[in-house]
Amino acid sequence: MCLLLGAALGGAALAQQPATPVNEQQVHEVAAQLRCVVCQNLSVADSPSEMAQQMRAIVRERLAAGERPEQVVQYFVDRYGEWILLSPRGRGFNLLVWLFPAVAVAVGLAIVAVVLRRWTRRRRAAPPAAAVDAGMSERIRRELDGGA
Amino acid sequence: MTRLWRWLIPLSAIPLLALLAYGFRTNPRDIPSPLVGRPAPAFALTTFAGAPLALETHRGRVVVVNFWASWCYPACYEEAPVLERGWRAYRDRGVVVIGVDIQDRREAAEKFIRDFGLTFPNAQDPTGKVSVDYGVYGVPETFFIDRRGRIRAKHVGAVTDEVFRANVERLLAEPEGPPGPA
Amino acid sequence: MIPELGYGATIVALVLALGGAGAAAAGGRVGRVALIEAAQRAAVGVFVLVSFCFALLTYAFLAFDFSVRYVANNTNLGTPFYYRITGVWGALEGSIILWSWMLALYTLVIVLRHRRNAREFYPWVLAVMLGVLAFFLVVMTFAAPPFERQTPPPADGRGLNPLLEDTGMITHPVALYLGFTGLTVPFAFALAALVAARVGDTWITLTRRWTIVAWYFLSLGLLIGGWWSYHVLGWGGYWAWDPVENAAFMPWLAATAFLHSVMIQERRRMLKLWNISLIIMAFTLTLFGTFLTRSGVIASVHAFTQGTIGILFLSFLALVLLVALGLVALRWDALRAQGELDSVVSRESVFLLNNVMLVAAAFTVFFGTVFPLLSEAVRGVKVSVGAPFFNQVNIPLFLSLIFLMGVGPLIAWRRASVESLRRNFLWPIACGVLAAAVGFVMGVRPALAVLTVATTAFVAATIVVDFTRATRARRRAGESLLPAMGGLLLRHNRRYGGFVVHLGVLVIAVGVTGSQAWSVQTETTLRRGEHAELAGYRVRFDGLSASEESNHAKVTGTFTVSNGRVLGVLRPAKKFYPQQQSPIAAVDYRLGLTEDVYLVLGDFARDGTEATIKLQVNRLVSWIWLGGVVITLGTLLAILPERKRPA
Repeated sequence: MCLLLGAALGGAALAQQPATPVNEQQVHEVAAQLRCVVCQNLSVADSPSEMAQQMRAIVRERLAAGERPEQVVQYFVDRYGEWILLSPRGRGFNLLVWLFPAVAVAVGLAIVAVVLRRWTRRRRAAPPAAAVDAGMSERIRRELDGGA
Repeated sequence: MTRLWRWLIPLSAIPLLALLAYGFRTNPRDIPSPLVGRPAPAFALTTFAGAPLALETHRGRVVVVNFWASWCYPACYEEAPVLERGWRAYRDRGVVVIGVDIQDRREAAEKFIRDFGLTFPNAQDPTGKVSVDYGVYGVPETFFIDRRGRIRAKHVGAVTDEVFRANVERLLAEPEGPPGPA
Repeated sequence: MIPELGYGATIVALVLALGGAGAAAAGGRVGRVALIEAAQRAAVGVFVLVSFCFALLTYAFLAFDFSVRYVANNTNLGTPFYYRITGVWGALEGSIILWSWMLALYTLVIVLRHRRNAREFYPWVLAVMLGVLAFFLVVMTFAAPPFERQTPPPADGRGLNPLLEDTGMITHPVALYLGFTGLTVPFAFALAALVAARVGDTWITLTRRWTIVAWYFLSLGLLIGGWWSYHVLGWGGYWAWDPVENAAFMPWLAATAFLHSVMIQERRRMLKLWNISLIIMAFTLTLFGTFLTRSGVIASVHAFTQGTIGILFLSFLALVLLVALGLVALRWDALRAQGELDSVVSRESVFLLNNVMLVAAAFTVFFGTVFPLLSEAVRGVKVSVGAPFFNQVNIPLFLSLIFLMGVGPLIAWRRASVESLRRNFLWPIACGVLAAAVGFVMGVRPALAVLTVATTAFVAATIVVDFTRATRARRRAGESLLPAMGGLLLRHNRRYGGFVVHLGVLVIAVGVTGSQAWSVQTETTLRRGEHAELAGYRVRFDGLSASEESNHAKVTGTFTVSNGRVLGVLRPAKKFYPQQQSPIAAVDYRLGLTEDVYLVLGDFARDGTEATIKLQVNRLVSWIWLGGVVITLGTLLAILPERKRPA
């Protein structure tokens, strides 16, 4: 029994109580931007690992000491490099990944526009089919089925 | 589309495949440290024996800071004898080896030190602040700090005798200039 | 004995698969029925052999045969019975066997179902299926052999990865793999269509149900993965945009696009080139996914291993891409169709927009996943692309998709008249606006959440409008209410199955929005008897207890949850496995329809007087799982055999 409870990780490293409630949300916001270094792809806010807990404690301390969120984030970037940010900074080369979705959609929409124009231009000869809705088609089907 | 242009379609896959193949040459867990070349962050810890351990007191010597944990198998187990050997060989030449134990249980750490007969100063980093200060993301990691207090090299993974010797000799050979900015 | 037996069976299966693929291709080229029949028999033989391997490995697990290295690495004497069965696919080698077995199963079904009704395609479909199967058997023989002998056999094994000791482990890989391997079938038909130069809609009609079933299992696998993540991993979330989660999500996006756009080809004979490209995209993304999981090229929670297996997968991916795209280039002329359309305002346009959004999302996720690699290659700088990025860029795309989901089914093919637009969309738009107003008044603040509420209400209203109108027409023709509704569902099961699936997607969308926008959490340290408060809940720390399980030690915390009156006791725990470096968190939570109270045990003092907890109140997460149930019902409805007319 003692052995198992003794497996607790050194009593000193317990999370500190936040000084004011406001800080907890801020801690979460800052921690959500940072990558937990021992997990794969989880944020420091989400990760249940001990390292993440320690990092959250550091974030909490620095915010309580009066640092701004950006400064706390920069503290980690100075030590780990850009890799610690879960979302790449929208600067320079990284703009590629940020702009890509908009470009992809724009290209897609452009292609669709071209295709639709080509399709509608071809349609000249026959008159358009009458638009039918679900109710009408159901009635027609019933008549066809029921009529005998 | 003329007959030849259409064959661009299969060919367009090649750059992507090349990029993925490039991935084999990289190790996604190998992160370059931005701290190399910068002053080593100060720390003040207490050794397992109860003595104070601060980086500042060793200014003027070559400092090898090694982050380890008793559960880090097999790497820390491989490098512990290497570090002990290095410590014994170079301690009289102005080199100090410091071990920082992170995310560990005190008894397991003390057992580790006993088992390997480590005589260089070892301390625990209970809050993880020192490991974060050094940008540590796994164990083991070893930092080689020159006499002026700047981090000159970071080694991720188990240190070998050659790596230890090469870095320490290089830093010992440098002239001892005025202390770098704090 | 077992290692040699298994290894032998694997080799024979590989030879049969290769031979069968060759025979089928030759038979198709030359037109010799005997060759095709030989390939058929080879397919049956491969299925028998791979089943035998699977059974053999399971037996080795159950019998604690540690002379097989895979068994020694993934189980030990303490592993409970059912986890010894599911542990068979718990690591790399076993996962390859599972994949191969499913491929062999699907090939067998193809032999039974299609050998008469798909004459022109059959030899080539068989060739492709057996070819892909042969590749996985190559991996099983050379790169990840499950039947390696361990000498000397250890007295006890290493044990199963503790994270895999969960019911999710039984179902998640099975469902996901059924989806992945299921996509091989339409892909095989697409290649067959290209080779046989029959690129009309026959291959699409033949594969309609295959596609739906594969799509369903992919969806199910993703949802179970999310549930498992929420339930086991202890971080309070269900989706982290981890590269391997993305690797399963991308084929799903492509498959969804494919599912919709084939309807255009079925009805209007247009988009032949696009449909073939989509299924090639979906299948190659599947291969890319397994490549990511197994190559170690991108760091991820799932990454099994590094080494030769990555090279094998990349080579096969290259082969598939080059062959498939080469065939497309070859048949380019036949694929360029003469599409025509009366008006831009029509269902065809909506489906095209749907495809743009889905494929853009797939490309975005893909680019984000490989961007760290690209950044390192070009700049030498390592960056991370994680959840904040993916959430931000994908939300507008998915919101647009949901909106289109409402528009598509109610807008006419070819040309929608203004009259029909007004009749179909007036009410739903009003509902959407009303819902947005109500939401805003009730305090829903993030603009995105309000928008989602409005869009969801709009789409739900379109479904209701359609169903009501059709039911009313039936009732006017003399039927009473329930038979009218039932008859409608059964007679038009494709359409209404689709509606139900859309409804399920809506439910999931609400769940995702709720959990992202309105969940709260806190982290605090409690002494025994103290309580933490969050969102009206009070959680009191009662104490810790330790216990010994068969293969691990466990420390459990007892917490009483109340919100005025006592609601129950939560017991989050930390499990200490001897072979693991750090303990595994066992989350406990109180499931609710609108909110879950979620508790994770962090650090604790050795004498049990203090504990650090992470407390979350997650809103609407259960709706995500409910949505999965609705999607299941819709899929079942959609794949029902077509009802014949009553005589």
